[in-house]
Amino acid sequence: MLNFSLSDEQTALRDMVRKFVQQEIIPNAAKYDETGEFPREIINKAWEAGLMNINIPEKFGGMGLGVLSDVIINEEMGAGCLGITTSIAVNTLGLYPIILGGTDAQIEEFAVPFLSSPKLCSFCLTEPGAGSDAGSLSTMATEEGDHFILNGSKMWITNAGHADLLTVFCTTNKELKTKGIICLAVPANLPGISFGKHENKLGQRCSDTRAMNFDNVKVPKKNLIGKIGEGFKIAMRTLDRTRTPIAAGAVGAARAAMTYSKNYAKERKQFGQPIANFQAIQFMLADMAVKIESARLLCYNSGWLIDNGQIEQGGYFSALAKRHAADMAMEVATDAVQIYGGYGYTKEYPVEKIMRDVKLVQIYEGTSQIQRIVIARHLLKD
Amino acid sequence: MTIIVLIKQVPDTETKVRITADKKGIETNDIKWVINPYDEFAIEEGLKTKERLKEGTVTVVTVGPARTVEALRTAVAMGADNAIHVKEEGTLDTYLVSKALAEVCKKENGQIIFTGKQAIDDDQAATFAYVAELLDYPSATVIVKCDISADKTKATLEQEADSGAKNIIETSLPAVIGVNKGINTPRYASLPGIMKAKKKEIKTYTLNDLGLGAETARAIDSDYQLPPERAAGKKLSGDIPTQVKELVRLLREEAKVI
Ligand SMILES: Cc1cc2nc3c(=O)[nH]c(=O)nc-3n(C[C@H](O)[C@H](O)[C@H](O)COP(=O)(O)OP(=O)(O)OC[C@H]3O[C@@H](n4cnc5c(N)ncnc54)[C@H](O)[C@@H]3O)c2cc1C
Repeated sequence: MLNFSLSDEQTALRDMVRKFVQQEIIPNAAKYDETGEFPREIINKAWEAGLMNINIPEKFGGMGLGVLSDVIINEEMGAGCLGITTSIAVNTLGLYPIILGGTDAQIEEFAVPFLSSPKLCSFCLTEPGAGSDAGSLSTMATEEGDHFILNGSKMWITNAGHADLLTVFCTTNKELKTKGIICLAVPANLPGISFGKHENKLGQRCSDTRAMNFDNVKVPKKNLIGKIGEGFKIAMRTLDRTRTPIAAGAVGAARAAMTYSKNYAKERKQFGQPIANFQAIQFMLADMAVKIESARLLCYNSGWLIDNGQIEQGGYFSALAKRHAADMAMEVATDAVQIYGGYGYTKEYPVEKIMRDVKLVQIYEGTSQIQRIVIARHLLKD
Repeated sequence: MTIIVLIKQVPDTETKVRITADKKGIETNDIKWVINPYDEFAIEEGLKTKERLKEGTVTVVTVGPARTVEALRTAVAMGADNAIHVKEEGTLDTYLVSKALAEVCKKENGQIIFTGKQAIDDDQAATFAYVAELLDYPSATVIVKCDISADKTKATLEQEADSGAKNIIETSLPAVIGVNKGINTPRYASLPGIMKAKKKEIKTYTLNDLGLGAETARAIDSDYQLPPERAAGKKLSGDIPTQVKELVRLLREEAKVI
């Protein structure tokens, strides 16, 4: 039977995060946007409330929760500030390769410490020359005794400047293309690792994004996650699970944009009446609702499929969810600014920030074009 | 040491209150229910006290219909060890609620009893005093600091008084303490806490179980009314000297503040 209602615990989780966002994030979002300062304090509080690393299995003392829970968390957080959401959510992305591909001993060594203090983990896939075509990455891992020697550089790595652990995708043999890619768990303080400056971005300005360089970094072989050649598969299995929560963040941001602009439309008077009386405004609001509700359903569906073991179908739905949520959130935020008119174009009101922030969702974790490629490939495969 | 926290479930502060047709209550259909904010401070103080003493248990208690279990589960998700629900679907008043709470405090042998100084729904600020009276315990309210002595027989309390002054109160235990905003910052219900709360068994009593089967509410609400609509503000016109004159006149003659 079809049932769209959240369970009691999911409702309690949503209410708790909503309260967290109202008290901790919304009052501070504009400040972090303006200064670009890293939201360390809020991250620590989110960790204390148990909102991070929820994918660490119960067997290791974690919560062992799946995608749906992250969807619920991210929608609420996204309604507060997408930059802070990204900073908080990236741990899930960084830890999944270890949880999905690592041995029990590796999960114990690398992931479990995240349960006892608010550590940060970065997911290092993209390179200056390998963005959408991540499979063409060229950071080299050369075997030398008990170690891999890492050389190369990464680009756009979230939380890099604050990370304790890095999951690094690199290649042992570029000729083998994706079959040569490996995944390594790399402590961020190993000699030879250096970080670029905090990028000065259009939106999500407080999320820390940096280039990185590996210069003869010696990584023990026991840090190899999965087998040689399995790295790319691990990266893709990870992204199948994280795209949906990322999409949910965009749903939350769009929801906030709709609420702000709806309230404004009821108050702002022109031609002797609230602008909400004009059908042109009403239609924008109605379309926002359609887009937001449909994107949320895609997120829930994708999360449910993945959590219920239907990862193949879930992966496909995660691309649908990400493509739709990212693009619709951009449209909704643009219309929200339109409803505010000139006032919306200033930092006095919250909607221009949402417009800048959601733009990134069309780019990271696979651009909207790449999501369409994933979707079309699935449609045309037989 | 058994720390007891008495809590009440109330409508969220953003609720648009609508009165029922018979005027005996408010429409509850669309209400989002939350823990009374002052009781959140009480829960936090209970948890903090346990942490400071490094021993004891925190038991949360509420009286009310089935829905009020949610308030207990939230308190467990914040870290309370036990929860007790006195389930009553019928009409309640401060007397009956306090009777039930006092019985539970006796049964559980509570050594220190925290509650909010008042509930934000009816603002009666009476429960702490009723419960203390029924138990014959000392009580104090509007408390912003609470230290338990090392031998756990006494508490030193700071009570807010007018114009920022503070009364320092020393009381023997057991005692009932009404806490005020500012005593602490309540923690969030944690996600692991929420999952734990789902499995937590909540002890349920009826008024009958507590020997209160023959009791009924003594105060009945009969005629709810919304506050009068606030009159629109006044905008003064004319040049500045005229406006100032008019403002002073209004402040004196209409607002009567100068
Ligand atoms: C703020 C930020 C944070 C990030 N965080 C991380 C992180 O933590 N870890 C990480 O590994 N990466 C991260 N990324 C990288 C992100 O995933 C990439 O930017 C993204 O995958 C796109 O790669 P690119 O920027 O090189 O663009 P390109 O791949 O160069 O794409 C440029 C344009 O071409 C289009 N395009 C490319 N190929 C095709 C095609 N085959 N068909 C049609 N159109 C195509 C793209 O859609 C895009 O519009 C982050 C990026 C940003 C901006």
